[in-house]
Amino acid sequence: MSVDLSQFIPTFLEESFEGLELMESSLLDLDGCDEETINAIFRAAHSIKGGAGTFGFNAVSEFTHIAETLLDEMRSGRRSVESDLVNLLLESVDCIRSLLEAARDGVECDDPQIDTVAARLKAALDATAPADEQPTIEAEPESAAAVNSGWRIEFIPQAQMLETGNEPLMMFQALADLGELTVEVVLDQLPDFSELVPQTLYLQWQLSVAGDCTEADIREVFEWVEDECELTVEPLTSPSAIQAEPSEVTQAESPESATKNPPEPPAVTESAAEPATVPAKAATPKRKAPAESSSIRVDIDKVDALINRVGELVITQSMLSQVGHQVADMEHPATESLYAGLSQLERNTRDLQEEVMRIRMLPISFVFNRFPRMVHDISGKLGKQVELKLSGEQTELDKTVMEKIGDPMVHLVRNSLDHGLENPDERREAGKEECGTVQLNAYHQGGYIVIEISDDGRGLNTQRILEKAVDKGLVPADNQLSEREINELVFMPGFSTADEVSDLSGRGVGMDVVRRNIESLGGHVSVKSEQGVGSTFSISLPLTLAILDGQLIRVGEQETCVIPLVSIVESQQVNAGAMKPMAGQESLYRFRDEYIPLIHLQQLFQLPGKVSALDNCLLVIVEASGTKVGLLVDELLGQQQVVIKSLESNYRRVQGLSGATILGDGSVALIIDIAGVVKMGLDNDSRKALKHHNSQRELLEEARV
Amino acid sequence: MSNVDALDTPAMELASVDEAALPRRQYLTFMLAGEEYALDILWVQEIRGWCRATRVPNSAEFMCGVINLRGAIIPIIDLRIRFGLPRQEYSPTTVVVVLRVCTDGKERIMGVVVDAMAETYNIPDNAILPSPQVCGVMDPEFVQGLVTVEDKMVVVLDVDALLSTPELALDSASDTDN
Amino acid sequence: MASILVVDDSASLRNMVTFTLKQAGFDIVEAGNGQEALTKARGGKFDLILSDVNMPVMDGITFCTEVRKLPAFKFTPVLMLTTESSDEMKQKGKTAGATGWLVKPFNPDKLLSTIKRVIR
Repeated sequence: MSVDLSQFIPTFLEESFEGLELMESSLLDLDGCDEETINAIFRAAHSIKGGAGTFGFNAVSEFTHIAETLLDEMRSGRRSVESDLVNLLLESVDCIRSLLEAARDGVECDDPQIDTVAARLKAALDATAPADEQPTIEAEPESAAAVNSGWRIEFIPQAQMLETGNEPLMMFQALADLGELTVEVVLDQLPDFSELVPQTLYLQWQLSVAGDCTEADIREVFEWVEDECELTVEPLTSPSAIQAEPSEVTQAESPESATKNPPEPPAVTESAAEPATVPAKAATPKRKAPAESSSIRVDIDKVDALINRVGELVITQSMLSQVGHQVADMEHPATESLYAGLSQLERNTRDLQEEVMRIRMLPISFVFNRFPRMVHDISGKLGKQVELKLSGEQTELDKTVMEKIGDPMVHLVRNSLDHGLENPDERREAGKEECGTVQLNAYHQGGYIVIEISDDGRGLNTQRILEKAVDKGLVPADNQLSEREINELVFMPGFSTADEVSDLSGRGVGMDVVRRNIESLGGHVSVKSEQGVGSTFSISLPLTLAILDGQLIRVGEQETCVIPLVSIVESQQVNAGAMKPMAGQESLYRFRDEYIPLIHLQQLFQLPGKVSALDNCLLVIVEASGTKVGLLVDELLGQQQVVIKSLESNYRRVQGLSGATILGDGSVALIIDIAGVVKMGLDNDSRKALKHHNSQRELLEEARV
Repeated sequence: MSNVDALDTPAMELASVDEAALPRRQYLTFMLAGEEYALDILWVQEIRGWCRATRVPNSAEFMCGVINLRGAIIPIIDLRIRFGLPRQEYSPTTVVVVLRVCTDGKERIMGVVVDAMAETYNIPDNAILPSPQVCGVMDPEFVQGLVTVEDKMVVVLDVDALLSTPELALDSASDTDN
Repeated sequence: MASILVVDDSASLRNMVTFTLKQAGFDIVEAGNGQEALTKARGGKFDLILSDVNMPVMDGITFCTEVRKLPAFKFTPVLMLTTESSDEMKQKGKTAGATGWLVKPFNPDKLLSTIKRVIR
């Protein structure tokens, strides 16, 4: 019977990749000979090697074995920790990663690095080859046993053999699996009953196994008790009777081992003191890795199913609430308790939803941890000195968001290293410290997580950006863009001010892709920069992808839309006096101490129906990435939690919408993507102006009527 | 529905000329402006009565909008408008055929609004004749062929082609065209 | 129904071992390190313990030594799962009170045939 192991491979791979990350971060942290860290690195390699062997990923296990040997020497103190070795081991981590990926994809790994690094590892090992033993896989004792009809066995165990948990009965059953077994017990040593010590073994046996098994098979059964018995194995065909004296006792075991045993129960405590290398350090509290983490691995599908279910529950609950409102006025003895129950249900549902969302939240350190290595390698390659500072690593975000935010972040950090930070000479001339700083920071704000990537480099060259943009026709020459708006131009497609496209930031993977990736997560990215001082890129991402608190609004005659509450600054009646129509552009509105543009949602969305007059509209002032805009809507409906449903599953992404939701009455309401709407509203200047003119004319005509 | 099944068919079977052994499929037919159209029933998930759809911003005219189908948001397309037929008020017989299509390896659910449902027929594959360049409303791209059933001419539609048009593409790059 | 305690910090290895042994009809309890295993041993009864050697918090050798101190486990078969088969390793195990060992990597069949020497 054969067990199909392939179902365990994904877990093994997941574990191994995690182990590699641990190895990497530990290697980077390793300064000197911190025993605990070296041990952790060794253990990680050891697990990978072992598991790879089990699943038949031989390339992985062979390579890892070499690295593991080196690590073993380091942890036992036979080899000192030097930075060359650390770098070599870092490269080994990369190689193991490639090998694992190839194993995962079922292909041959053709990375030339691997052979090179393997050779260098071996060279390092040979250089100061320790004389100690090399662990080898035990070879079964090759007894060239001629095929015979079976074996005769004499088994004389030591008195305390039982204490190791070995049970002759079991061993004999194992022998019985090899062939036909006959057993004869020898009672010579058995004392009188009154002198009998129960846990002592006084029996001896003579056995025979008839079959075509090898001597090695027989000996294997007794392998564990070699030192605690006298074992004689002879072919059955051998004419000689079993000799009394032990012909082959144990295999090359030094006699001391025989005398070290028998371990009397009290001896167990003695042996505990003996192995000094055995990590009694396990008791050391200074381990920073989560030792006793009580956590369980859960398939992410199960978590998603749970979250979906909670989402459905939210919808059902809001439907019930709606019904509750409808019957609120009814005179019925049960109405009040129904109402109370529904309120309770709403609270419970909200709490449940919050708690369930938290299941998917993980600290952003998982992403941040990529960067020390990257910064270490790239700054080395570029000849720049860079210090990486991390803060807010414990800030949590949704797992899926985190998986997708890695690449954009990598791009932005690479950008800082490549274009932002100057080389040491330049920095010195500029009066800065030779060592530049890249800082990653994360924190929660409202319903979002904000991730900042800052550097103290040269900052964005606003003028050059503007020139480039005008050159490429991205903005008209007579534009009136603020400095911040000019800096944001770097996110436009096809934009690059680098004179040569450095191979680090890459060709074609532009800032526009970064922005698009972030926006597809419902987030935004913006930049703040000061020339000569540095730049900060800010990414904001919604904390949860599935549920949001929304303000329902009516747009046009009958369409219901949802505005995320987090985006709303204020809602008010339109104050005609605060309006300031601009020629050729949309109206501006005076709000507090600034002018904000107005966007008429129904027009923007080209929804059917009569366009209501401006002073019949309500104004919802919203904010997205620092830009405030006034949205003109027809009516404010209630506020409620909505479950975000994807438009893309069966339709496609729609600009201006971040999804849809199902209301209590079963109808579909669209969820507005504020940043998208702002972009749409402000981009289409000419288009809007035309429409505006048309609708202005209509409005005027209507007003006249 | 996948073509892979065909590859698995041993050559022997394909060579068989036995009428009874010829593959037949079941088709659902519907009416649209007096014409009868057929769809392979394997594409059809369900039939629903008409209900109001939520319009999607800046969408094509034939896009009625999206509706809630047991928790999933699915787009509804008006076939009359799609093919330039005169619009018609939705009536009690107006029907939405919910289809399951496969575009770019992804399975999607969509609905199409038709005038009324008609029949189901078992039609052998070889009975479907290639359509001439008809001056009818249907773009030949969407027509799999013509078949005569019970003295009527029925147009057999290729739903995958029908619903895989660029306007319905998932590619978000198309957003920039808006 | 005989029960086995499987101790290894590698979830994938535990999965494989547990799956194999469950199919063979054993009840399985898992632990991720020696400390956890010790806690489980104190609270339970097992007919066999399979333990990895290299684990965080408490390694297999220490665990074996400790578990042998528990009266209920004085004679329970304890097999060490180890990638090393050096004499030194074997000696360490023996001194700690281990019954025997199983060398990694091993496949399910090997696992099953080996444990037959101590449990049925």
